Amino acid sequence: MNEHVLKIRNLRIESVAGTTLVDGVDLTVARGEVLGLIGESGAGKSTIGLASMGYARAGCRIVGGTIELEGKELRSLGAEGRRDLRGTRIAYVAQSASASFNPAHTIMRQVCEIPVYHGLMTRAQAKAHAIELFRSLGLPEPEKFGEKYPHEVSGGQLQRAMAAMAIAGKPDILVFDEPTTALDVTTQIEVLALIKKIIWEFGTAALYITHDLAVVAQVADRIMVLRGGRTVEMGTCEQILSAPVEDYTRLLVAERDVHHSLVSDALVDAEKTVLEVDRVNAAYGSISILQDVSLTIAKGETLAVVGESGSGKSSLARVIVGLHSATSGSVRFEKKTLDPNCRNRSRTDQQGIQLVHQHPDVSLNPRQTIGNIIGRPARFYGGLSGRALKQKITELLKMVGLPENFAVRKPGTLSGGQKQRVSIARALAANPALIICDEPTSALDPLVAQEILELLVRLQRELGLSYLFITHDLGIVQRLAHRTLVLLKGEVVSIGATREVFSPPMHPYTQKLIESVPAMKTNWLDGVLAARADRTAREEPTAA
Amino acid sequence: MKSSLQRPPLTAIIGLVIVATFLLLAIFGSYIAPYSEFETVGETWAPSSAEFLLGTDNLGRDILSRIIIGAQMTIGIAVTCTMLSFVIGTVVGLAASVASNVVDQIFSRSVDILLSIPVLIFALIVLSAFGSSMPVLILTIALIDAPRVFRVARALAMNVRNLEFVETAWLRGESRWWLMTREILPNILPPMISEFGLRFCFNFLIVAGLSFLGLGIQPPSADWGGMVRENGQAITFGISAPIWPALAIGLVTIGINLVVDWVLSMNARPSGASAEL
Repeated sequence: MNEHVLKIRNLRIESVAGTTLVDGVDLTVARGEVLGLIGESGAGKSTIGLASMGYARAGCRIVGGTIELEGKELRSLGAEGRRDLRGTRIAYVAQSASASFNPAHTIMRQVCEIPVYHGLMTRAQAKAHAIELFRSLGLPEPEKFGEKYPHEVSGGQLQRAMAAMAIAGKPDILVFDEPTTALDVTTQIEVLALIKKIIWEFGTAALYITHDLAVVAQVADRIMVLRGGRTVEMGTCEQILSAPVEDYTRLLVAERDVHHSLVSDALVDAEKTVLEVDRVNAAYGSISILQDVSLTIAKGETLAVVGESGSGKSSLARVIVGLHSATSGSVRFEKKTLDPNCRNRSRTDQQGIQLVHQHPDVSLNPRQTIGNIIGRPARFYGGLSGRALKQKITELLKMVGLPENFAVRKPGTLSGGQKQRVSIARALAANPALIICDEPTSALDPLVAQEILELLVRLQRELGLSYLFITHDLGIVQRLAHRTLVLLKGEVVSIGATREVFSPPMHPYTQKLIESVPAMKTNWLDGVLAARADRTAREEPTAA
Repeated sequence: MKSSLQRPPLTAIIGLVIVATFLLLAIFGSYIAPYSEFETVGETWAPSSAEFLLGTDNLGRDILSRIIIGAQMTIGIAVTCTMLSFVIGTVVGLAASVASNVVDQIFSRSVDILLSIPVLIFALIVLSAFGSSMPVLILTIALIDAPRVFRVARALAMNVRNLEFVETAWLRGESRWWLMTREILPNILPPMISEFGLRFCFNFLIVAGLSFLGLGIQPPSADWGGMVRENGQAITFGISAPIWPALAIGLVTIGINLVVDWVLSMNARPSGASAEL
C-alpha cells in the first residue's frame, strides 16, 4: 500500500516572462491516498495540479524538477508518451463542468471518448461501462442520462458526469481542481460525497485542489498548504486543523472559526426605514422569479439575503436598483415609491442606492484611472471639480484603506481585494444611504474577504449605512447581518433577526442550508450524510 | 506581451518597412519623382533603362514617376474612405449597443440589407448615376464599408456593454453618449485599430479596382488601378508596364496585412509560449 503513484521532486515552474510560479515543491501521493492542495489564488495550486500530468498552461514552463508517475519520468517522455498516460493513468476534473463539456455533443459521447480513443474498449463496451458509472454515481435514469446534452442537466449532475468522464479510463490518480467551488453548498455535499465514494471504491489516489480548508478536510488524508508557489506546511488532516505549525496556516484555520458577530444592534435606528419592498413579483418572460417578496431595512442595518443560485437573490437586487421591472408590488426608498426603471428615477434616488458587484475584475473600467472611477460619482452628483474633487478622491481612498497614490493607477495593476475596495469607494462617492452588496467577497480569497467584510462593518459604523447583503455564504451572514432573509425559488422562506432565523425551530430549507456548510473538522461530511440518510429513512423517500 | 512589443517578429518588420516606404512616397512623392506624372518624356512602352527605371507607359510617361505620385492618390483616397467609414460605423455601432432593443434591431437589419448588395455593383450604379468625382467616389466607398465596420463595432461594444462597470454608469444615470465614448469606446479601441488596417486594405483594393474599371480616379491623374488598365494591353506583347502598378498594389496589401497580424497577435492572450513543456 505504501507504493507512491505520483512523486514530484523539486518542481519549478516559471512564466514566459520569467516570474517563478512554483518554487521547489516536493510531493508524493500513495495508492488510495488523497492529498489536498490548499492556498489562495496565485499560490500555484492549479499549476502543480496540471504539472502532475506533465502539462503547463500557455505562458508557463516547467523549468526544473522531476515528475514521476508510477516510476515513469513524465518530463523525459515525449508529447506522445504523455498523451498516452493522460486519461488512462491520470485524469483531471476541472472547476467548471459547464465549460469543460462540449455543448454540441451528448454527454455519452464525451464520456466514452477517452476509453475509445486510447483503444481500451470498443464503443459498445465503453457505453455499457458509462451507464454503469452513471448508475454508481447516482445520476437519474442512467440508461438515458448519456443521451442528454450538457445544457439539459443541472450543474451538480454535470460535475458528476465529469467525474464519470475522468474515471472512464480507469486512471490510477485523479486531479480534482476546485470541483465544488462553482456549486451551491447543498449540491457541494453531494459532489463531495461522490468524490469520496469514487476514491474509496476504485482505490485511486487523488490530488484535491481547493481554497476551502473545510472542504478539503472532508476528503483529504494529508494537506499541503501553499503560498506564492512554495510549500508552507504539510501534514495530516488532523494535524493541520488542530495543531498548525506555521502562522499562515493558523490564519487559514482561524478564519472560519470566527463565529462571533461583528456587528451590534446599538447603531440600528429601527424607527427610520430606509428601504421597504412590498409584495414584489417579478418574472423573466413567463418564468416567475420573485413571488410576493417583502422586506424592510432600517437605517444602519444589514439585511442578508441568502439562497442557492437561481433563488432570485440577484433578481431582487436588480428590481430594487431599477434594472429589472417588477410585475407587481412596490419599492419605497426613504418613504418615496421608486419608479421601476432606474432611468426615470430622480438624481437623489439614483444616488441614494448604490450597488457593489460580485466580480471586481469587470466592475471597474480597465481604461480609467482609479481617481476617475471614484471621482466620477462625486462629480456627477455632487458637482465637485478641481481641488475639491481631488480632496474627495483622497478622502475616499483613505476611507477604504488604500494609499493616496492609487488615484493615478489603473485597475489592471490592482489585486482583487484592492479592486473591491475601489468598488466600495465608488459607491461611497455617491453618498448613499443604502449599499446593495451582491456577493462582494465570493470572488476573493478567504483572508482578503475577511478584510473586506471588516471594512464594510467599519464603514457602516462610521457612516450609518444600511446594507442589503446578498450571499450564499452562511458564515458571512452570521457575522455580518442584523437580520436575514432566506429565499427559496423566489419565495421568502424565513425573515427575521439573524440569530432567530438560524436557531431552532428552523424552516427545513434553512436547516438544510446550515447543515450543508462544511465545518472545519475531518468527519463532518460523514456525520451529515449519516444524519441525512437517517432522516430520509424515517420520512417518505424523496427523489434526489 | 511585453517581449513581443520589444521585438516585433521578422514578418512585422517587413510589413512595417513596406508600409513606411509607401507612406513616405505618398507624402513626399512629388519631390522624389524624377519626372512629372503628366508629361510625355519618352516613346510608348519603352523598356527599362537608366533613364526610365521601370520603362514608360502607353503615352510615353515615366512609370516610376507615376507610381510614386500615384501612391498619394491611391493611398490617400483609401485612407480617407476608411477613416470616414470608421467614424460612421463606430458611432452607429456604439449607439446601437446602448440603444433600446427596437432601435438596435432597426439599425442592424438595415445594415443587413446594405450588406446584401454586392459591393462592386453598388459602387458601379452610384458612380455611373452621380458621375465619378472625387467626393462621390470617397463617399460611395465609405458608405459601402461603413456597414462592415458597424458590425464589428457593435459586436465588440455589446460584449463590453454587458460588463458591470457599464451597468454601474447606467445606474448612475450617465447619458448614452457618456456610455458610448467614455465607458465602451476605450475598451474596444485595440481590436478596432487592427480592424482599421484590414478595412483599409479592402478599400484600397476597391479604389484600385474601380479605377481599373474606369470609374475611379479619372485620368490623367496617376493612380495604380488606372495605370494597370491603361497599360493592360501591353501584357499581350510581353511588355512589363502593367506589372509595376499591380506589384505596388500587391505590396501595400501584403505589408499592411503583415502589420495587422502582428497587432492582432499582441492583442491576443495569453501570449507566446507553447502549451507543452
